Amino acid sequence: MSEAPVTTANLRAAPTVWPQLEQLLPKVSKPIQYVGGELGAVTKDWDAAAVRWVLSYPDAYEVGLPNQGVQILYEVLNEQPDVLAERTYAVWPDLEAQMRENGVPQFTVDSHRPVRAFDLFGISFATELGYTNMLTMLSLAGIPLDSSERDETHPIVVAGGHAAFNPEPIADFVDAAVLGDGEEAVLEITAIVREWKAEGCPGGRDELLLRLARTESVYVPRFYDVDYLPDGRIQRVVPNRADVPFRVHKRTTMDLDAWPYPKKPLVPLAETVHERYAVEIFRGCTRGCRFCQAGMITRPVRERSITTIGEMVKEGLEFSGFGEVGLLSLSSADHSEIGDICSGLADQYEGTNVSLSLPSTRVDAFNVTLAQELARNGRRTGLTFAPEGGSERIRKVINKMVSEEDLIRTVVTAYTNGWRQVKLYFMCGLPTETDEDVLQIAKLAHEVIKAGRAATGSKDIRCTVSIGGFVPKPHTPFQWASMSSPETIDNRLKLLKQAINSDRSLGRAIGYRYHDGQPSLIEGLLSRGDRRVGAVIRRVWESGGRFDGWSEHFSYQRWVDAAAETLPEYGLDLDWYTTRQRDENEVLPWDHLDSGLDKEWLWQDWQDSLSEYEQDDCRWTPCFDCGVCPSMDTEIQIGPTGKKLLPLTPVNAGLKVPS
Amino acid sequence: MSGRRPKNQPEGGQAPVVQRIRLHYAKRGPMRFTSHRDFARAFERAILRAGVPIAYSQGFTPHPKISYASAAPTGVASEAEYLEIGLRERVDPAALVGALDAALSPGLDVLDAVEAAGGSLADRIDASAWRIELPGVSIEAARHAVETFLKATEVPVERLTKQGKRTLDARSPVVSLTAAQTTDVTPSEVAGVPCAILDLVVRQVTPSVRPDDVLSGLREAADLELPVPPRATRLAQGTLMAQGELVDPLAADREVAVIGTPSP
Repeated sequence: MSEAPVTTANLRAAPTVWPQLEQLLPKVSKPIQYVGGELGAVTKDWDAAAVRWVLSYPDAYEVGLPNQGVQILYEVLNEQPDVLAERTYAVWPDLEAQMRENGVPQFTVDSHRPVRAFDLFGISFATELGYTNMLTMLSLAGIPLDSSERDETHPIVVAGGHAAFNPEPIADFVDAAVLGDGEEAVLEITAIVREWKAEGCPGGRDELLLRLARTESVYVPRFYDVDYLPDGRIQRVVPNRADVPFRVHKRTTMDLDAWPYPKKPLVPLAETVHERYAVEIFRGCTRGCRFCQAGMITRPVRERSITTIGEMVKEGLEFSGFGEVGLLSLSSADHSEIGDICSGLADQYEGTNVSLSLPSTRVDAFNVTLAQELARNGRRTGLTFAPEGGSERIRKVINKMVSEEDLIRTVVTAYTNGWRQVKLYFMCGLPTETDEDVLQIAKLAHEVIKAGRAATGSKDIRCTVSIGGFVPKPHTPFQWASMSSPETIDNRLKLLKQAINSDRSLGRAIGYRYHDGQPSLIEGLLSRGDRRVGAVIRRVWESGGRFDGWSEHFSYQRWVDAAAETLPEYGLDLDWYTTRQRDENEVLPWDHLDSGLDKEWLWQDWQDSLSEYEQDDCRWTPCFDCGVCPSMDTEIQIGPTGKKLLPLTPVNAGLKVPS
Repeated sequence: MSGRRPKNQPEGGQAPVVQRIRLHYAKRGPMRFTSHRDFARAFERAILRAGVPIAYSQGFTPHPKISYASAAPTGVASEAEYLEIGLRERVDPAALVGALDAALSPGLDVLDAVEAAGGSLADRIDASAWRIELPGVSIEAARHAVETFLKATEVPVERLTKQGKRTLDARSPVVSLTAAQTTDVTPSEVAGVPCAILDLVVRQVTPSVRPDDVLSGLREAADLELPVPPRATRLAQGTLMAQGELVDPLAADREVAVIGTPSP
């Protein structure tokens, strides 16, 4: 290795911090989460790697470890012979205090190397509530919070995940953001960094970022200037450098069969939120629910074939020893061969103690049939249906096409097939929503229980009504919508509770779970914020904000105070970002980031929503011109393939010695 | 089969247990930070990965037949942990050791397996031997503390449990406690500091007295302060004999296995 060109970048030493960390672990809760050593974890020779990534999901290990995005990229990168990828997660405040006191930096769990020593620091944001945790990680790593203060000795901080479709609130803190699927994007970025390092890092950090920006699929905020109108709205966002594209495009990985990851899932020693082998059975959704950012930004639908799914399940279970398989997607019952997938897997795992689950959200009696099939070996998982809106009217507004009769029929089917409990998921705070729309949820729940009792002749049936707060998201038809105030939401939730319990006999059979309105408002601030919101995030973090996705750590008051301290400087306030409705011609902070969706189509869909006009699914009806396929040069990839899952050859009797 | 199935029980049922095997395993290095629950989850997955024909309990949520002898606390390494599994098909214990050890993360190491000859594993364990490294503590300080501790008839210490603080006597279950100077390399990575080593045998009582409690006792009785967190390892568990030595809890099964093995 001595012939390698000597540059600042490959002079980075990365001695393990384990000896120092080990002294701190007896003093903190659940120390195993910081130890690593999971099945599926990879440790590689530091010096032999040309490009080194540290990947993170910015939450506690128990939430971050199961994250599919991080696991997939970790495996894809480590399969490259000259690339090394390790992982880091947010440490709990008890360890953070110990690390600060003892000078131990943010570390990877794989080899306990300091995060600062890596070339790239990739952070996957599924939610905006991870932003403060990113600042903790940067600070503990010894990386300046501001991108502008970093030099060649610091990693390039790259944001990904759904929240990266509007990275403007964290534009000061990240060096780059990638929109869309990561499998190919990380390899492309790796190639650029590899080449730049091999050339001796010409032009330093600035040159590297410029090379990344020129791909037109890596957004580098520092190369864009934002101008504002006197009233605070954005006037325009323009590149400030030659050859930097006006718009940055999302990445779409086509042919999921060519990317069958994770093959070797990470199996933690610590307890985590999902203890299962998860297979994505398709990506994208064109149901067109207007609140759903995931459904809008992941188009088009790309199915993984039944045979690849079967192989992944078999190999994933053998490798991991997990006792549960989750068949994931945005609406799993919509896979063109879902019936064959479920009956095939049920056949293959009959007589074993493997449990199969289909996180079902669509209201459709077919879902019950599938769940019944998967439960054949006696392992029955919970059933959840998501009508999302309480009244027929509001369901038209959000384009969730399900009638009250559909819902009652579906739930009764579940009861008569032996489920004694189902969960119903709704949202509160939707555009145009009135108290009456929300009170309809109580009526629906009452009807469900009445019909269930009549059909089963038993009083031993229950349903749980679970309410989430609506948050308008970028790149959706609701990106222009105003949010309701937390007071309005909380009042509706209170009225709903009273309505559910207005009939004591029925009310007793109905569980009621909800989140109050305050956290949603802050999520709204962050999801549709612009660069000026960065000051609020920084102030919250400085005043102790951590783990904002955890109700026991989240402080609404801290966010309100931080907004009040920072936003008036720009003539703005919290309401301006949240409860204000936007006009058609307002420049939105993410307009220069291209999800493929045509802004005019989104506006039309918003208008259709207000007139309660529904939009079909383009998988089964003609294209409705959302814009994604032509602008991204993609197409819908769905079956059926006509293939079936074959019986598994009886597992070699006798013991196996896993490698 | 006469009579009815109990209410809410699935049809069919699980295969019966045809063989019980007792395993001796270790929890080493960084893996000492696994809690008992962490180990139990990892072990259940290892059973599946290694294709071990484990038997399951009856009912709607069948559980694998695994029972544990008293587990070392989180953060404490162990060379002497024991468990018993029930199998629905017979396996060769030696092959089982290889398969399970390969299926577990390095540091969770399966050392030995013996077919159970009857009796209860728990009945054969009434004491534990521990080694505790005390980096930064001189041998003189450690010896003095040990002497003072052993002279006392009772050393009440407090422990924080999930139910709140409770007081227990750290002295009476202690069978023996001696202090020695480190002989070989520095056991902790903190180089150039003295490191005393305690060898401790404790009777199993309820609530159990663990190395932490004895160290609290040394602080209570003799003001022994630890500049760096100590490192404890369980060296053995078993039946306490009159001379203070511990009998391997698998010894009885091993004898039967040897006698009972038909010659090939």
